[in-house]
Amino acid sequence: MKSSLKISEVCLLAGKIMLESGAETYRVEDTMVRIAASFGAENAESYVTPTGIIFSLQGGESPKTNIIRVVKRTTDLNKIAAVNHLSREISAGKWTVEQALVELKRIEKEPLLYSPALQIFVSALASACFLIMFRGQWGDFFPAFFTGGIGYFWFLTVDRLAKVRFFSEFSASVVIALAAAFFVRIGWGAETDKIIIGSVMPLVPGLLITNAIRDLMAGHLVAGIARGAEAFLTAFAIGSGVAMVQMFL
Amino acid sequence: MLMEQLVTSFIASACFGIIFNVPKRSIVQCGLVGSVAWLLYFVTTENGGDPVPASFAASLVAGVISIAFAKRYKTPVLVFIIGGIIPLVPGGLAYNAMRYFAENKYNLAVEEAAKVFLIAGAIAMGIVFSEVLNQIYRSVLLFLKRKG
Repeated sequence: MKSSLKISEVCLLAGKIMLESGAETYRVEDTMVRIAASFGAENAESYVTPTGIIFSLQGGESPKTNIIRVVKRTTDLNKIAAVNHLSREISAGKWTVEQALVELKRIEKEPLLYSPALQIFVSALASACFLIMFRGQWGDFFPAFFTGGIGYFWFLTVDRLAKVRFFSEFSASVVIALAAAFFVRIGWGAETDKIIIGSVMPLVPGLLITNAIRDLMAGHLVAGIARGAEAFLTAFAIGSGVAMVQMFL
Repeated sequence: MLMEQLVTSFIASACFGIIFNVPKRSIVQCGLVGSVAWLLYFVTTENGGDPVPASFAASLVAGVISIAFAKRYKTPVLVFIIGGIIPLVPGGLAYNAMRYFAENKYNLAVEEAAKVFLIAGAIAMGIVFSEVLNQIYRSVLLFLKRKG
């Protein structure tokens, strides 16, 4: 059996990448334990919360426990898929511990597949489509497109500058509410509310809420409550941003 | 009407896939899951159905399709299920709830907030049930394989 420290390192890094990318708690724990087992460490215990991972290899001379802190959480499905793929290949014996570590570090540094410009365009498009899905008028399609695009652009920019996510979300929804009100004021849009709802969708923590409840149902009480809290904070940021603008207009 | 819902929900779900950095080969499947789930939800609620069981049914179907895709394309279920879930998330209701809170209409706000929680719970239940169905399906297949 290889050095248990190295195996721990691989498992922790795999878990950290998955967690930072928004994977479900059971998937992170399952993947870490599988990787450990593939490298010969049969008795691994993994405890995962959205803010940190505790991982220990039992058996051998003495159990070794390691901990890694997780500070940021986004949704990056490519990384989840990549780590999952690696884990499958490790189970099939295609990677040594050292190689797996190198590959994981590569995955960790991998940039987003899509440029910020494309992301903004796509958010704008999604906002406009949501307007129609929520039974808005086709005349509001382009106002929603631009409001959503401006809002998401603002969100990305502020998130890069200020490290407090709450502020990025709050200010983005203020910008969205202002833009929507502006478009309606100059006569380009008709239904402010629907434009705002559509434009805010790229910011809404839909996945977070869903995963929070899934975690609770699967018995990961700490993770479920933690995610629920984060989802609530985000929803609160968005809601209060919009509400604040509407109070003053 | 139905056509425009089909097209916009497909595009919206695929766009969300891109925002969430989905691998390029999975974008179309994301859009597909989303539009199927949304259509089911839309048709049910348009004909007088309650949003809560409609969300449950839609997310159940999204879950089943996502699991099938996950097996077929050897990619985690999460990648596909996101496309299905996002359109179902009660953004409009949550927005109304926050507005009522800001306008001090607390009774209405709590009413809307309760609906948001119920729908979110229904969506999660739908996903869990789809996983359960998958387990049952695999057990039955295994049983039949052993017998025959």
